[in-house]
Parts: sequence; C-alpha cells; structure tokens
Amino acid sequence: MTPPAFAVARSTLASRIGAVVGAVLLVALATLPLWGNASLMRMLIEFISLLVLAQMWNLLAGYAGLVSIGQQAYVGLGGYALIVLADDVGLNPFVSVFLAGLVAAAFSIPTAALVFRFRGGYFAVGTWAVAEVYRLLIANSPRLGSGSGRTLAAVFPLARETREVLTYWLALVIAVGAILHGYLHLRSRFGLGLTAIRDSEPASESLGINVFRTKLWVYVIASFGGGMTGALIYLNLLRISPDAAFTVNWTAFMIFIAVIGGIGTIEGPIVGTVVFFLLREFLADYGSWYLILLGLIAVVVVIRYPQGLWGLIADRWDVRFFPVQRRVRLGSRPVG
Amino acid sequence: MAVIDPIVQGILLGGLYALFATGLSMIFGVMRLVNLAHGDLSILAAFLALVTVRVTGLNPLLSLALVVPAMFCLGFLLQRGVLNFTLGRGVLPPVLATFGFSIIIQNLLLEAFSADSQRLNPGGIETASIALGDRLAIGWFPLITFVVAVLVLVGLQIFVSRTSLGRAFRATSDDQDAAELMGINNRSLYGLAMAISLGIVAVAGVFLGIRTTFVPSSGPDRLLFAFEAVIIGGLGSLWGTLAGGVILGVAQTIGAKLSPGWGVLTGHLVFLAVLLWRPTGLFAGAMKRSR
Repeated sequence: MTPPAFAVARSTLASRIGAVVGAVLLVALATLPLWGNASLMRMLIEFISLLVLAQMWNLLAGYAGLVSIGQQAYVGLGGYALIVLADDVGLNPFVSVFLAGLVAAAFSIPTAALVFRFRGGYFAVGTWAVAEVYRLLIANSPRLGSGSGRTLAAVFPLARETREVLTYWLALVIAVGAILHGYLHLRSRFGLGLTAIRDSEPASESLGINVFRTKLWVYVIASFGGGMTGALIYLNLLRISPDAAFTVNWTAFMIFIAVIGGIGTIEGPIVGTVVFFLLREFLADYGSWYLILLGLIAVVVVIRYPQGLWGLIADRWDVRFFPVQRRVRLGSRPVG
Repeated sequence: MAVIDPIVQGILLGGLYALFATGLSMIFGVMRLVNLAHGDLSILAAFLALVTVRVTGLNPLLSLALVVPAMFCLGFLLQRGVLNFTLGRGVLPPVLATFGFSIIIQNLLLEAFSADSQRLNPGGIETASIALGDRLAIGWFPLITFVVAVLVLVGLQIFVSRTSLGRAFRATSDDQDAAELMGINNRSLYGLAMAISLGIVAVAGVFLGIRTTFVPSSGPDRLLFAFEAVIIGGLGSLWGTLAGGVILGVAQTIGAKLSPGWGVLTGHLVFLAVLLWRPTGLFAGAMKRSR
C-alpha cells in the first residue's frame, strides 16, 4: 500500500512567473523618478490611490459581505487628519500619512458600533448616512476651514520636485503594502476564515469562526487603508474641502473598479483600475459620460458576469497571479 | 411662538419626508430590496415635471398627471427588465445595481440640465400662507403636502389590507416561496410594487421641486432622509414612517433655527441617537400589523 499520491499546491505557474514580472515591474516603478516625468508620477499616484481604495472595498464587500457605500468617510477623515497632524501638530507630513490611517481606523470603531446594527442594503445606506455626518461636522468646524476647506502648508518648505518624488515613493510603498497585505492575509488562517464567511456565513459560524470579530477587523483594516489613501490623495492635491473629500464618488469609483475587475479576487481591482483609467482617458472630453458608462458596465457585469473581467479571464485560462486557494493535485508525490 | 414655529414647520416638512420614505419602505417590505436610486428617481421626476412645464406650459401640480404615470411605467420596466435579475442572489447584486443607477441618473441629469439649480413654479400657492396669530403662519403648500402624504398613506393602507392584490403583497412579503406556490407571480408583483413606489416618489419629487430648489445631485440626500424616516419609525410600519418623517423634519428645522449649518446634521444625529437607543425604531412593535 502506497500512501495516497497527492500534493497540496499553493502556488501556480502564473504566480511564479508573476512574482518575477512583478519584481521587474517594481524595480522599474521605483526608479521611475530617474527616467520618467512628473505628470507620469502624478498619474501613477492617482492610479495607486484608486487601486488601494478598490482593494479595500473589495476586502469589505467581496470577502466580508459588508457592502459599504460610506467608505468616503475614511478618505475624508484621512485627508483632514493629514492636515491636522502635519500643519497643526507639526509632524512630518509623510509620516502623518500613516498616522492618518490610524486616525481613520480609530474613527471606524465607534462607526462600526452604529452601522453594524444594519444588515445588507440597510448597512449600505447606514454607512452613507454616517459619512454625511462626518462631512457636515467638518463643514461646520471653523478650525478645519468650514465649508471652504484648508491647504496643506507643511510641505511648502520642500522643493516641488522633492515633494513629488517622495509622495510618489510613498504611494508605491502603500500600493505594495496593500497588495502584499491582502495576499498574505488571505492566505493566512484569518483569510481562510474570511473566505469561508464570503461563501457562507452560517456555515462558517457553525465551524467556529467568529463572524462578528472577523468582520469588524476587516472593517477596521479597510478604514485604515482608506484613511491612509485619503491622506496620500491630499498630500498630492494639497487642497482639501469637505464636499470633495467626502463625496460618494470615491465609493462609486471603488465599487465600479472592484465590480468590473472582479469582486473577491486580488487581481480583479488591478484589472478594474486599468479599465477605469482607459475609459476616463478616452472620454476625457465628454464630461461625466465616463461615469455613466462605468455605471452601465458595472450594472451589466453585476447581472450577467458576477465574477467580473478577471473572473472571466481566470476561468478561461486558469491563471492566478495571487493564488490564495489551496489545490489538491492528485498523482504526484506528497511534498513538504 | 419662537419655539412653536419650527416645530409646526418641521411637522409639515415631515409629511414630505414620509412621502419619500413610503416607497422605499414598501419595496423593502415586499422584496427585501433597498433601492439606492430612490432619491435620484425622485429628482428625475422633478426634472420630468420641469420639462413638461416648459413644453406644455402646464402648472407643475397638473404635470403630475403625466409625470406620475411615466414614473409608474419606468418603475415597472426597471424592475422587470433589470432589478428582478438581481434578486435571490445575495446582498451584493441589488445594492450594486441600484447604486449604479443612482450614479447613472445623477450624471445623466447633470449632462442634460447642467448643475444649475432649478425650481418648479406653481404660480403663487408656494408662498401663500394662513396666519395663526401674529408670529405663526402655516404655508398653504406645506399643508397640502402633508395632507397628500397622509392621503397616500391611507390609500396604501387600504390597498394593502383590503384588496386581493394587497394581500398578494403581504403574502410575498411574509414568505416568497409559499406565495409563489399559492399561484402568485412574484416577478410581476415586484414590477407592480416598484411601479407604485416610483409613482409615489414622483409626487414627492415634484412637491420637493415646488417647495425648494433642486440640482441633479439632490438625490442622495432624499434617499438618506427617507431611509432615516423609515428607521426612526421602525421597519414595516406605515404610520411609523410618517412619525419618523415628522421627527426628522422637526429635528432639522429646530437644528437650522439654532445654527444655519446644523439643520440636516441635527436630523442625522437624531437618527443615530434613535439607532443607538432603539435599533428597531420607535414604533415598530406597536404597529407591526399595520403594514
């Protein structure tokens, strides 16, 4: 009797090739300030911001089933936290970007105490209402510039080129951190529990997963990511106002990117962000038509292709650059 | 009188909010769908009235005769053509599809009408008022709005509790599968429910447009106020919704009286307080059967 011949594979050919390509791409991106120009860097900062936001929303809705329409709350809170920490407290503005994430995470806990009372669609509207509360509270605070907002003054002493390059590198660190964190987190014991919740909440609860704690943790992480990204966005823009920082359009972007790319995968939001940028560039001369078109595509995708663009690609050719699943391969010797 | 005035105005404003909330609440009751485009659809109705008035020269109140049937049909088509396909597949699809429509409608209106604020002019009635003492006056139009809201609620109550179609609504609301087994066609019933919901919210949108100015992005606020009225009053309770709308309206007018920027914010804060204190709403238990 030979032992059953199988192996549990956790990596794929695509993931090994992808790791090499990713490393090359990362080196290219990291050295971009040497060979690229400022407008390319600005575009990449924006690309990264939207990608991280979509990744966070994907974690919330795609895995934890928390369909939030209020993630703009954390973009706004992060942006304002940056201004307060850098200008009023006097901390280093680049360090403040990370701290702004922590501030957003701190706000997310009392928020969760309120919105976690809702389920499903009502959770969506509830988070939206709380985001409006934050917007209105800030719009009524003269110290925070009321309705007209404030300008980030802490970076004025820096030369423009220095500021742009540092902001760009910071963005790159955040992007790599967000993707690696998502990848490693989902491969961990926690991620296994989270994936189980995605597939069936009652079943995972019956197997001993603490659904509430897992969801709360995901909500706090997503708020941290949202806050940090919000701070990054306003470190790049330098000017913040309540209406722009707390607009529901942030969440619309996150949703359209994640849905079109494919919810519940790490690759999906990356594909979605590319689609988003392509559409916006092509329709740059037509006002908000790109948003209308994105909305229509998202509605069609939700109904006809719920696995999104990446899901279609992954199913067709069986490629996974970020494999989080364990696969049993029969007919080979046990490994490890 | 300085205290009574905002309370009276708030109560009347609450009637308008109840009108917004009724359709939202009914749709959730019948098919467990939260229509995130609810507010934007009401603003769409206001713009439809604006176009009707411009083309035909009708009074905006008379334009309801065209706008309400149009929104009724749109609701039926939207539900049968799109939203039915999102049901029964978990939480995500209905929320994402209706949110998608919210963004689509807002931006289509923006492209068609620009961001300028618009207003419907019914020819004087919106400023006429009844004086009750020297400091207190009640506007005719807010009063009419409140009465219409109550009439709509009474009508809906009679429809749901007395007609066979209303019984089908309640049956589907209680148990979709069992209702289907009893020969109810859920899909067309849902279409009808959305049609009624949009018919009612069309009235609310047009009344809003007469009462105040509106822009293409006015929708989300309407959705939030409607939602808050429903939650304050308690899910599935028609009269609770009216009470919720009134509480929200009073909170907003008192807040605005204290400081101009605090009107809407006070309403939100009262909503959050109710949510903390009684998550099932203030009137859910008392009037459960009146759905």
